Amino acid sequence: MRGQVVVRLKQEVLDPQGVTIAKALDNLGYEGVGSLRQGKVFDVELATSDPAVARTALESMAKDLLANPVIEDYEIHLLEDGSGNGEEGNG
Amino acid sequence: MRVGVVYYPGSNCEQDAVHACHMVGLDTELVWHKRESVDGCDAIILAGGFSYGDHLRCGALAQFSPVMKQVERFAADGHPILGICNGFQILVEMGLLPGALLANDGLKFRCQDTRMMVERTDSPFTNACAEGQILCLNMAHYAGNYFADEATLADIEANAQVVMRFCGPNGERGAEHNPNGSINDIAALRNPAGNVLGLMPHPERTLTSELGSADGLLMFESLRDALTASASAEVAASPEPAEAEAVEAEPVGTSADV
Repeated sequence: MRGQVVVRLKQEVLDPQGVTIAKALDNLGYEGVGSLRQGKVFDVELATSDPAVARTALESMAKDLLANPVIEDYEIHLLEDGSGNGEEGNG
Repeated sequence: MRVGVVYYPGSNCEQDAVHACHMVGLDTELVWHKRESVDGCDAIILAGGFSYGDHLRCGALAQFSPVMKQVERFAADGHPILGICNGFQILVEMGLLPGALLANDGLKFRCQDTRMMVERTDSPFTNACAEGQILCLNMAHYAGNYFADEATLADIEANAQVVMRFCGPNGERGAEHNPNGSINDIAALRNPAGNVLGLMPHPERTLTSELGSADGLLMFESLRDALTASASAEVAASPEPAEAEAVEAEPVGTSADV
């Protein structure tokens, strides 16, 4: 099955790229943009079809490598198996 | 005394570090990241550059190179480890130093000479400096904005782990003298034991006045003196004078004192 790990800077860590992008949107005329945070998305294909096993594996990957827990938070999303964009699981 | 200079795919300062060591009479050994031993080294330098192309996060992938298990053990045994630029990023990613390095304030790659004040001289990397001495070192990086959360920062300050802070020409502090936004103007940071030190500026690129400053040499002279002192302490403590390590250390120490 497929899983997704989303990594973002923690709220208490300044995200200068997010601030710059928010400003750019404002300059383009998009009014009302409040806070904007930039992040990274990792789409991961896993051999298992067991959601619990997949979630545990993705958690472990996030902690070991994909996110730096000092500055970043992560979210795990499980996506349905098969082609296409899939549906968001119980993330 | 031998300094192992660890380098990775994408490192680009390993030869500068070797050159700096040779200038102060230290032997060197280039240690490719795939090696699984640092035996025979008395100190380790993690060279600067862009290990693994800075993919994922600067230093994130290098921490898993085979040699790093040995580097961790080397640190735990109390031997000196210096992480320069990308080497500093690797040290914080692997947790040998606390905190993290974010993109510079203002999202600019900064390549410039910069000043920092030496606060601690009880370190194998600054013992040849005077307390309060202002060093001018080159820096060139995008992700050198040191960050630690409040609790970690309090620990760092309480343990006297800040070895240098960015400052102005007369030692004044302030945002205009902090080139990358590092919290508390931290420029060089050590572990609580004091044997592991990381900094973003490049002492190995700042070795002669022709290139703007020779201040970087002080850090390598410090390392040489620290290794010489610990080698002679070992000789004095050893009941058997014919120990291989002691015999090896003597001629190097003598020439290094010149």
